[in-house]
Amino acid sequence: MKQIMKRAITLALPVSLVFGATVALPSQAADTTITWLIDNSQSNQDVAKALVAAYEKANPGYKVTTVLRPGGADGDNLVKTKLATGEMEDVFTYNSGSLFQALAPSKNLLEITNEPFMKNVLSSFNPVVSVGKKVYGTPFGTAVGGGILYNKKVYAKLKLKVPTTWAEFMANNKKIKAAGIDPVIQSYKDTWTSQLFVLADYYNVQSATPKFAAEYTAGKQKYAKNPAALRGFEYIEELKKLNYFNRDYASTTYAQALERVALGKGAHYPMATWAFPQIAAQTPNNLEDVGFFAQPSSKASVNGVTVWVPSGTYIPAATKNAEAAKKFVGWMTTAKAVDVMNSVEGFAGGPYYIKGASIPNALPGGVKDLIKYFDKNATAPALEFVSPIKGPNLEKILIEVGLGITTAKKAAAAYDADVVKQAKQLGLKGW
Amino acid sequence: MKLPKNAKWCQVSKVKKKIKSPYSYGLVAPIAIIFLLFFVIPTFVSFFFSMTRWTLFDWEFVGFENFIQYFKEASLAIGFKNTLIYGFVTSSLKVVLGLALAILLTGRLRAKGFLRSVVYFPVLVSTIGVGFTFSVLLDPNYGAVNKSIVAFGKMIGWETYGPGWLVDPNLLPLLSVSFVDVWKGVGMATVIYMAGLAAIPQEYYEALSVDGGNAWDKFRSITLPLVRPATASVIILSFIGGLRSFDLIWAMTNGGPGFLSDVIASINYKQYQAGFYGLATAGNVILLLFVLALAGPLYMYFNRKEQQS
Repeated sequence: MKQIMKRAITLALPVSLVFGATVALPSQAADTTITWLIDNSQSNQDVAKALVAAYEKANPGYKVTTVLRPGGADGDNLVKTKLATGEMEDVFTYNSGSLFQALAPSKNLLEITNEPFMKNVLSSFNPVVSVGKKVYGTPFGTAVGGGILYNKKVYAKLKLKVPTTWAEFMANNKKIKAAGIDPVIQSYKDTWTSQLFVLADYYNVQSATPKFAAEYTAGKQKYAKNPAALRGFEYIEELKKLNYFNRDYASTTYAQALERVALGKGAHYPMATWAFPQIAAQTPNNLEDVGFFAQPSSKASVNGVTVWVPSGTYIPAATKNAEAAKKFVGWMTTAKAVDVMNSVEGFAGGPYYIKGASIPNALPGGVKDLIKYFDKNATAPALEFVSPIKGPNLEKILIEVGLGITTAKKAAAAYDADVVKQAKQLGLKGW
Repeated sequence: MKLPKNAKWCQVSKVKKKIKSPYSYGLVAPIAIIFLLFFVIPTFVSFFFSMTRWTLFDWEFVGFENFIQYFKEASLAIGFKNTLIYGFVTSSLKVVLGLALAILLTGRLRAKGFLRSVVYFPVLVSTIGVGFTFSVLLDPNYGAVNKSIVAFGKMIGWETYGPGWLVDPNLLPLLSVSFVDVWKGVGMATVIYMAGLAAIPQEYYEALSVDGGNAWDKFRSITLPLVRPATASVIILSFIGGLRSFDLIWAMTNGGPGFLSDVIASINYKQYQAGFYGLATAGNVILLLFVLALAGPLYMYFNRKEQQS
């Protein structure tokens, strides 16, 4: 027994040493160095590297050290913990809208309403990073659209037309299935991807119920009771019943799903245009085979796209380098910084919220498809940007619908209950 | 069954006199302070925060509202059921397999030391690492397990994709995780059983041989009753471990698909993830009470049995 333990400990020690090792970077005393926390997605890492390099070159004596954090719910917790313990980096990039509201901005963040660089920012961005009239963040990156990615080659081969209504979409799916191709790809291994059918349907919900967001926040609208809102749940149910998903959708990952739609193994993948940088990285030769259209609606006259407003860049109130942090954040709102972002391949997923921002010429075709909706002014912000309420379990509940464990109606009711919990935890009135 | 006076466990459990501690307060003070600071105070603080709406930035007292909300949680029924299934499946398999392995490894065997290390080794590996490794092995398309099943199926002319170990919409994902838990934890049960077996005097077996008993008689009449203390330890340790288990489930299924393999601990973690810190703390208080309610009687039952025998 003793021997076993001894052997095991000698085996286990080097392993823990490897995992415990950290690397510290030396900094020069003469420079003002600030830190910048950003999530670890590949496209954000690339763009952060380019931005920091350009900033340091243009501003000698100023240094920025990038710190990476996980995305998703773990990232949410990390950001909140860092703010609560006063250990947040000097500048950090994080979601706008409902997640921003959960950071207790007036307590934790530095107000930047009257900073001179705010005149660079389109005022339409401000509501998603404000509490009352006080603004706390600047836009990072571009808006993206949620809808359906489709394979253009499959469409050309089967002579299909881009659908605007759900009926047309289902007719296309029938032909695609008959041709032996998976009509719709789902990727439940990465649970967040299950939400697109419901979240990207918000343009359609809003056109049917214009006051949905305000009434929803007040607890007067429910997904299970509003037929337009329920549609998103029913879409998934219908597709499951007709067996239109890829066979292994329960274990498919986001990356595999993007590969399949790019290679034409599947015809449709409900997703947002933030996927294009990854498609460009994974399957560069097939980037132009992927197009984008808005989520179909029940009426041909309603055809628009649900938009995800960019993340914000914020300065915590507890920073010791407020001036240097403002200088960096301000620089990121300039047209020059936009040019740097555009130079990073595949970064721009749509329009910027910066005045005078240029849009790169070499946009992927899918992003150009998205910009057409902006040109027609047929866009609506996703619900999470116009209401502080988003239940944490939506992705899991929708997976239950997709796997046939529950019905659309029951799932919508379950989500309504999930939302009640969140509203209560936020301390909202009327719940 | 009458036990000889020199059997160690009998003596230990029968000494119930009040003994004056041989240690002065000064000697135990440091550990007492650590205990107070890191165990007692956090426990009571958590009782307090379970009754607040807590955002990490500020809190507001809400009484028992969190507990009411927690019991309304849709996946909670699944969570309680799964927690029980998981605790029961893992602890019973660990008892059966642990005892069998212990008998094998204390018997006549070459390379005994090496084989014992092999059984114990998974206990020492990081649970998260084991979880990720098995979720790769059990992937329905690309995993080694299903690839072998498909290849074997082809050989005998059977068209199959193999089961969706971690994604099937029924009880299978939970059971898959339980089996991995057993694989990882059975070494601990084996070691406890080996110690238990070593304490059984050889004379009993010899006596039974003289009386003409076979191997099965030896197992049933000597080994099984005399390793009871070891069985009690294994059951209590693995049952409590199973009830509060979280890391393996989280690494392998995230409680999914949907909520199908959720246990109470993963439900609580999801409340933390969502930023419902007060609610999550309430969930942990409930988990504490749940484990106490189940493990306490079990512990008393085994203890009493032990003293009677």
